[in-house]
Amino acid sequence: MRLALREVLLAFRRAPVLALLGITTIAFSLFAFGLFGLVAINIRSALREVENRVEIRAFLTEGASDSAASEVVVAMQRLPQVADVGYVSPDSALERARAELAEFRDVMDSTVLPGSIEVRLKEGARDPETMRTISGKLTAFPAVDDVRYGQEWVEKLYRIRTIAGVAGSGLAVVFALVAVIIIGATIRMAILARTREIEIMRMVGATNGFVRLPYLIDGVLKGVTGGVLAVLLAYAANSVISRNLVVTQFFSAQQIALGIAAGALIGFVGSWFSVDRQLRQVWRDA
Amino acid sequence: MAGILRLTKVTKEYPRSGVALRDLSFELAKGEFLFLAGHSGAGKSTLLKLVSMSERPTSGEVKISGYSSATLAARELPKLRRKLGIVFQDFRLLADRTAEANIAFALEVTGAPHASIGPKVARLLTQVGLAAKATAFPHELSGGEQQRVAIARALANDPFVLLADEPTGNLDDRATRGIFQLLREINASGTAVVMATHDVTLIEWSGLRFLELEKGALMYDGNDAARLVADLRGRR
Repeated sequence: MRLALREVLLAFRRAPVLALLGITTIAFSLFAFGLFGLVAINIRSALREVENRVEIRAFLTEGASDSAASEVVVAMQRLPQVADVGYVSPDSALERARAELAEFRDVMDSTVLPGSIEVRLKEGARDPETMRTISGKLTAFPAVDDVRYGQEWVEKLYRIRTIAGVAGSGLAVVFALVAVIIIGATIRMAILARTREIEIMRMVGATNGFVRLPYLIDGVLKGVTGGVLAVLLAYAANSVISRNLVVTQFFSAQQIALGIAAGALIGFVGSWFSVDRQLRQVWRDA
Repeated sequence: MAGILRLTKVTKEYPRSGVALRDLSFELAKGEFLFLAGHSGAGKSTLLKLVSMSERPTSGEVKISGYSSATLAARELPKLRRKLGIVFQDFRLLADRTAEANIAFALEVTGAPHASIGPKVARLLTQVGLAAKATAFPHELSGGEQQRVAIARALANDPFVLLADEPTGNLDDRATRGIFQLLREINASGTAVVMATHDVTLIEWSGLRFLELEKGALMYDGNDAARLVADLRGRR
């Protein structure tokens, strides 16, 4: 192990430019992937925020009793798709309206506004289909006069979400693939520069595990360093955008750790395959 | 004397270039010195590749020190390699390491105890006559000196046989004689040597056993150099 580390250091000292180039390449390909990831998580969180505002509002008939209203509330609460249910009495509806629309205060009379029930759905149950079903159930109550949930709007939102999801996954795969290919090529280049060492190690009887070790360490170190650099770059880019354009969300600590781990893994796998190819080549002709 | 290397009806065929060795059988005794003679392309290097198990025969069997080409697992190859010393025409030294570091490298990567490496390298350098050039880089050494470093490296793990593929091919007469002398000394201390060469004079002068190969076939096995001289020179 100590020898392997020494070899790694030695390789870096002998060809620092190549090593730095490798790290930079890894950093930038992970950075590109990271930027894409940032855009994706921000679009997703924006969509979720909009989705959170989606609610079904059932207006009650004029003069509906409190008990009739609570009957609807209880029935709604029992549904598995429902997150929470609120009852807005005619009085509080009026109060709310007065607060929000101060200029119409004089016009308002306590009988003008109907009571209503607001139903919020759980995440994952906000698709047009579910919303239609729930509003159908609401309409069935005699105390309910009218149900509104902005059908067209919900359908549009839902479509956008589906498209974003599919396009996002597709692009993520492409970006990840590009990163893996570039990083793999970078590591392979570093190993090709050391063909002779590998050849000699094999010639004098070093075990395959022993031959691999320094290159694997090298690959993982480069992957981790590249990953950390990519996170820093992405953080800088995110800060600039947040400060000057729109406030954006950055990766969670978990996502950052995952990104760096991915860098390490790519470094490891890339090195493994590249060394393996060298190991399979036997006694090159003079 | 017990044979340490035995080839039995060995044929090696490459998918593209065809037959490189045909139906070759011979045996090498412990501590023996053997030349492989023949023009380039006669199969000398192929034979050395088979002996070092870098390649396996298409048919027949190579047996070396208890390992058989028919049964050797890839995992065992390093163990066999530690018993072989290998030297090439082009030295194959690491250009960015000193002579002593090149030799130490062979010991380090085979897991020799750290404390034993320094003294061993010094002893090897003395044995090949390069004690004064321990800290020289390959480019600061002559061809003959570089080959001495390569030989010292090949001896690092105390092999019982040294395989040398045209070790003097890049050297002038003086250096050639020096290297040959060194190989003889190594042989005298008990290490068998198999040396591929097309230097007929060397074989003639030494009077040692040689295998004459031509287009992959064994033409002669013995030490009658006069025959070889006639064969090789006559056909030029």
